[in-house]
Amino acid sequence: MDLAQRYTNVGVIGAAGKMGSGIALLLTHEMALRKTSPGAREERFKLTLMDVNDEALDGLKGYLRSQMRRLAEKSTVRLRAHYADRPDLVENGEIIQAYVDDALDLARFTTDLDQLAGCRLVFEAIAENIDLKVKIYKQVKKLAPEAFIFTNTSSIPIRLLDEQAGLGGGLVGFHFYNPPAVQRLLELITSPTTRDDLVADAQQIAKDLKKKVIPASDIAGFIGNGHFIRDGLYGIAEMEKLRGDYGFAGGTYMVNRVCQDWLIRPMGIFQLIDYVGVDVFQCILGVMNQFIEGEELHSDLIDELMKRGVRGGQNPDGSQKDGFFRYEKGQISAVYDLDKGDYQPIAAAWSDRFDKALGGLPDGHFPWRALSRDTSKTAKLEGYFGNLAKAEGLGARLGRDYLKRSKEIGEQLVSSGVAAKAEDVNGVLLNGFFHLYGPINDYA
Amino acid sequence: MKLRKKVYIAAGTYTISLGTGRKEFHPRKPRPGLEHYIIEAGQGVLAQVSDPRVIDECVVGNFMAARFNRQGNLAALMPTIHPSLEYKPSTRVEGACGSGGLAVMTAMKSILADLSDVVLVIGIEVQNTVKAIYGADVLAGAGHYASHRKNGHAYFFPSFFSDRAGAAFKKYGHDEVRRAMTQWFVNAIEAGRRCPEAQEHHNRVEDLHALGNTPPNPTAFVDNLNVFDCSKVSDGAAGLLVLSEEGLAKAGIAKKDAVEIVGCGTSVANLTELPADPTTLATSRSAVEKAYGMAGVSVKDLAFAEVHDCFSITGILMAEAAGICAQGEGFDFVSDGGTRPDGRLPMNLSGGLIGHGHYTGGTGVRQTVDNWKQLTGKAGDFQLEIPANRPHGLVISMGGNDKTVVVFVAKQA
Ligand SMILES: NC(=O)c1ccc[n+]([C@@H]2O[C@H](COP(=O)([O-])OP(=O)(O)OC[C@H]3O[C@@H](n4cnc5c(N)ncnc54)[C@H](O)[C@@H]3O)[C@@H](O)[C@H]2O)c1
Repeated sequence: MDLAQRYTNVGVIGAAGKMGSGIALLLTHEMALRKTSPGAREERFKLTLMDVNDEALDGLKGYLRSQMRRLAEKSTVRLRAHYADRPDLVENGEIIQAYVDDALDLARFTTDLDQLAGCRLVFEAIAENIDLKVKIYKQVKKLAPEAFIFTNTSSIPIRLLDEQAGLGGGLVGFHFYNPPAVQRLLELITSPTTRDDLVADAQQIAKDLKKKVIPASDIAGFIGNGHFIRDGLYGIAEMEKLRGDYGFAGGTYMVNRVCQDWLIRPMGIFQLIDYVGVDVFQCILGVMNQFIEGEELHSDLIDELMKRGVRGGQNPDGSQKDGFFRYEKGQISAVYDLDKGDYQPIAAAWSDRFDKALGGLPDGHFPWRALSRDTSKTAKLEGYFGNLAKAEGLGARLGRDYLKRSKEIGEQLVSSGVAAKAEDVNGVLLNGFFHLYGPINDYA
Repeated sequence: MKLRKKVYIAAGTYTISLGTGRKEFHPRKPRPGLEHYIIEAGQGVLAQVSDPRVIDECVVGNFMAARFNRQGNLAALMPTIHPSLEYKPSTRVEGACGSGGLAVMTAMKSILADLSDVVLVIGIEVQNTVKAIYGADVLAGAGHYASHRKNGHAYFFPSFFSDRAGAAFKKYGHDEVRRAMTQWFVNAIEAGRRCPEAQEHHNRVEDLHALGNTPPNPTAFVDNLNVFDCSKVSDGAAGLLVLSEEGLAKAGIAKKDAVEIVGCGTSVANLTELPADPTTLATSRSAVEKAYGMAGVSVKDLAFAEVHDCFSITGILMAEAAGICAQGEGFDFVSDGGTRPDGRLPMNLSGGLIGHGHYTGGTGVRQTVDNWKQLTGKAGDFQLEIPANRPHGLVISMGGNDKTVVVFVAKQA
């Protein structure tokens, strides 16, 4: 079956979730473009958006309607040609509305997995749970024997899922980054048993959805989480070392700052864990620990936080939930103190002591935001990291160690075969995590 | 044809041109509406006269308030400026982006017909009410809907001028034309920075040439223009008085604070047709010739020109339409700095449509105010020294794709 045929009947499982809704949007747009493109009018297109959460499906409908309008507004130059044969549609406004209607008309919202019968492409984005995923795949296999399945798993080996569900190589890892509609990066995970025609289709679909593909080997955590999880564990270990002198809250604050300011990253490591979710971090950690040998991938602290209900992640409106930090209008306002079981507000009177202990930033420092838009950032980074290498003070020392560890992790991903080459590791961190430089660099 | 009596312009003013680029602009916050701008510009004019009651009549130039703001009957908003305007005559005129020029012209006709001595003219557009992609629909009304809209581009007007740029690329060479377009953009921004009300007044971009040279993105916009070649979406209004000799006295305005319109010209071309030669602005040229003829001047008598540059390419073709350079020579002229404040013929000293902003139906009034400012020494940081042997200023107000054009030649009264 060629890909054009496959595109006519597509399903998303877990469509109302964080990742599923973004994937649903990308597919709605791509399928609506195909449906309305000149010459394709006769074909029937069907996109089945399935989730067990009925209420969340209502939210998905609203999300698709508003986001499809936004996409249509951006694509109007092209869409005018799609509706050239419709004399009743003249103005941009009329064409945009017609496209949004056509797009939503091809989507069906359901809580019933049986509705996926006959699907030719299935995208799965349910919880990161091996047994649940396997169970669902088995059902899909019955309902839609021809379907290729694309899983958004963050960490679970593809081959294991494929074999347990008896898919015969019909599963591929299609790892979007959050939010899928915005983030360009996609990790494509194949195992030696993945069907060649599926790999070719997956490459093409990624291209259709305007994603930048980086291939990763089928080793738990892949590249993105392979780096992030280890980087997070290192941050936790560094914090534990500071905890004696500066307390839990102080140590957390300091390590996070080192990561954000001395390493010029978009956010510190603990803010990133909050963003991803302490729960998600724990879950991925668990999966990786199960499949990766010779490495202790575990954190008592993460388990303890989860026990206390400190989970991070986002509210349905996109605002950040409490985790290592508490947030006000997206900005860190307080830090969790494990010893007190409460949040410590971050005011100058409190944080001065830790800022002093870290010392000043090396010369030539620029904040991440300013550098991210700077066309001469490479030269500026070189200058800055040159200074960091010679700088004194606790912050500089912690920063240098952090850089070194991050590089080690990157190199380990290459040497263990997760990534084919250093550029792939760097590409994931640059595109998926918005770092300004890859972990495998000459700065460390 | 000669004017049968003297007509003066005075008491000019304009609001800021609000839109992206201005610090005051927040896309998601509520913004002032039509009413605000009419009052601000109107009262700015009244503040310059001895007594508001001397105003005999109002004219308001506006393009598409009926769609941008769902408001018609703008003429009857004039009494919100001052109670004394209640029960006075008032007219709204429309000629697309040339509405402002037409409004000034309409006021002149009232003076020449001895119907009024003091006419208050307001030009206004408030168009940030819709996103640019929908604004393109509204502005497309300046072209012919029945014959061109359905097969037209999403960005309807930019695409007309992109085609003109494309024709110029073919005829004169891509690089030469592109260089001039970029230089036009750079000049516009630098001039806008000098004018406090200009939309680009807060622009701090260091490398304007690099920005101006951004490659076009045909999948998102048009083939031959980048977004910097285009004037932006603006909210704003300008106001002025058109007066007779008696009117100046009644309003208590000294001659030194007024300019005299010594020539004017208006031309339209068939809206249903596309230009025969996309590399010329033939309608603009025809109106310019009328105005020069009436004033008995030539391009050698001009100190500066204030022209309609909805796009960078338009500005350059305007230099040719105004006879400032021969056809085909506008590109090198602009690239070599001929239109900069220290060039042979400075153009658009407050930024033009690209640097100052383009509140479409109000722009012609804004241009006329800038002409008045220059000639009466009120232009502040963008003031030019007006040479005694070249005392004239030129205004070209254009609507649509060179379809409705109004031209004025003025000198200090
Ligand atoms: N959140 C991220 O940053 C991120 C990034 C990359 C990959 N992932 C992976 O994507 C997957 C989904 O993650 P998420 O963050 O979107 O989770 P989520 O909890 O937001 O969404 C999961 C959705 O699946 C639905 N669901 C649960 N069980 C179901 C079932 N049996 N049938 C149908 N729907 C069911 C839930 O109702 C929910 O709407 C996971 O495998 C995760 O590891 C997440």
